[in-house]
Amino acid sequence: MAETKPRTLLDKVWDAHVVEQLPDGTCVLYIDRHLVHEVTSPQAFEGLRLAGRRVRRPDATIAVADHNIPTMGRANGIQEEDSRIQVETLERNVAEFGVPYFPILSAQQGIVHIIGPEQGISLPGMTIVCGDSHTSTHGAMGSLAFGIGTSEVEHVLATQTLLQKPAKNMLVKVEGTLGAGCTAKDIVLAIIGKIGTAGGTGHVIEFAGSAIRALDMAGRMTVCNMSIEAGARAGMIAPDQTTFDYVRGKPYAPKGEALDRAIAWWSTLPADPGAHYDTVVELDAAAIAPMVTWGTNPEAVVPVTATVPNPADEQDEAKRAQLARMVEYMGLTPGQKITDLKIDVVFIGSCTNGRIEDVRAAAAVAKGRKVATGVRAMIVPGSGIVKQQAEEEGLDKILIEAGFEWREPGCSMCLGMNPDKLTPGQRCASTSNRNFEGRQGPGGRTHLVSPAMAAAAAVSGHLADVRELA
Amino acid sequence: MDAFTKLTGVAAPMPMANVDTDKIIPARFLKTIKRTGLGVHLFDTLRYDAEGKERPEFVLNQGPYRKAEILIAHENFGCGSSREHAPWALLDFGIRCVIAPDFADIFHNNVFKNGILPIRLSREICDQLMEDAKQGDNARITIDLAEQVVVRPNGEKIPFEIDPFRKHLLLNGLDDIGQTLQHAPSIDSYESKQKAEKSWMPGISV
Repeated sequence: MAETKPRTLLDKVWDAHVVEQLPDGTCVLYIDRHLVHEVTSPQAFEGLRLAGRRVRRPDATIAVADHNIPTMGRANGIQEEDSRIQVETLERNVAEFGVPYFPILSAQQGIVHIIGPEQGISLPGMTIVCGDSHTSTHGAMGSLAFGIGTSEVEHVLATQTLLQKPAKNMLVKVEGTLGAGCTAKDIVLAIIGKIGTAGGTGHVIEFAGSAIRALDMAGRMTVCNMSIEAGARAGMIAPDQTTFDYVRGKPYAPKGEALDRAIAWWSTLPADPGAHYDTVVELDAAAIAPMVTWGTNPEAVVPVTATVPNPADEQDEAKRAQLARMVEYMGLTPGQKITDLKIDVVFIGSCTNGRIEDVRAAAAVAKGRKVATGVRAMIVPGSGIVKQQAEEEGLDKILIEAGFEWREPGCSMCLGMNPDKLTPGQRCASTSNRNFEGRQGPGGRTHLVSPAMAAAAAVSGHLADVRELA
Repeated sequence: MDAFTKLTGVAAPMPMANVDTDKIIPARFLKTIKRTGLGVHLFDTLRYDAEGKERPEFVLNQGPYRKAEILIAHENFGCGSSREHAPWALLDFGIRCVIAPDFADIFHNNVFKNGILPIRLSREICDQLMEDAKQGDNARITIDLAEQVVVRPNGEKIPFEIDPFRKHLLLNGLDDIGQTLQHAPSIDSYESKQKAEKSWMPGISV
């Protein structure tokens, strides 16, 4: 009997989607699901139109507007003209090409990476792409999901495939039990702090270990979401009973006997014993504290109990200059305690932390407390479904009573394409994924944290250790 | 897409690591439905102050570098968002080649689709080229894709690696959708097989 080489989760999903391998190793890779939004698709549809091409698989495609829609007063339409034109263009394109679309005023609308899993559109074992780097989120289902540019969006619309070379396998193993007040967000920030923003370049990361297995699907999505911040092409977590229980009953998921057949296949996807990983990284969950980014990339991260690093301690000259620039941009003093940093704005939401579990975590901290004077705190649910669920649970009331703004779903202040932006110099505790200069608005200063830590900052008026609020 | 064959031009030195796509083109400029016109916003925050005035210390605001066709940078160039607006902005400004020790994956993919050549060279060589580039107009750098060499102003030839398939597409200015459609029969048969083997997989309709 021929021996088969043990394969990783990535290898198995990859192999199942190779349409053809070209002589130089490039693969024509079949794409099961294509998520489309208003910002990175107009030029792709225009390309199809100019070439007289159609969308090959409208039934494998879903479109939604999320990046630049307002999160207040949406029924009155979009006031910003260029944003409105982009959304209207998407609506015209989906109508012309027959692509399924969740309209802005429907409950299914939301951030593309929240609604994929929520609707059962993103399923284990699939290949999933979207013109957005945080497509890695869907890897939490046990799928291979990655961001692409607009030319590739057009390529997938036209051919339902991509030309790809296999990525390297990286295993990030997180063993042990997380301490109180620590979450999936803290795990992934700790991982990025360890391997760096380019640590995953050329790799797909598989997250494994008992601490990952113990996460619910929302937490797994948070971890996979930020794989890209470590430079990885994608992040994946092997499907298990938690995954199957999550999928069951989702609107677009298979049902009954079809679901049984799907689960039978999904159960074969976890890595074989002895499968080879090009790179292995291990972390101890118990050693992870609530994390806060202090600089302008996600690798500039420290435990909340730490102080602002001193660039002078860095030996490499170029790195020292970069750290000094971060300290300056962020308006910090080396040696300053993280918990002494006063904040102006709190943003809870985004594809990283906009799920119902995140709203619950924020509400648990906010309950019976008040947002500190001078702090603007906003919470933006990831989808209409999340918003409805939160309102059914009365979470909106808790948050509003505490002084939070309760808004309508969208990407919002994660990237400030809609009216939700920081003004120059404002300091923000944010549950989003990027703390780049100007990301949340020109001159804005972003500290990435978990939803519980963001809520703790809101009620304290400064970055705070959520464990001390309990 | 314009073919890329050989280019001789001014190179702008940008000795920064982790130049992210938000830096290359901030999100507020993504509200366009066109591919062109973004060059004026390339590196917007680095290039202009809050009043929109040019920052004289930024390289692309200086004499010969206003016409730079080559950019030289440090590690992890193009990290962050998948926005193809980043290569569109570079191209619209006139940049046809970026040289760095390494690039973020999605950006690396995206530039090829727009006729821009990304070249990976060691940090040491990037720093040498950076020194050449500092001489501006007096020191033009040549990129010869067919030969796979960067030619320094002193005539020294530095070889670089490139994926042969991508080289072929760039040299000929080929659209890769056209290439893929040559495999349409394989895609058809994959879909038939998938329909049979994964009949549990539902289609999406609203």
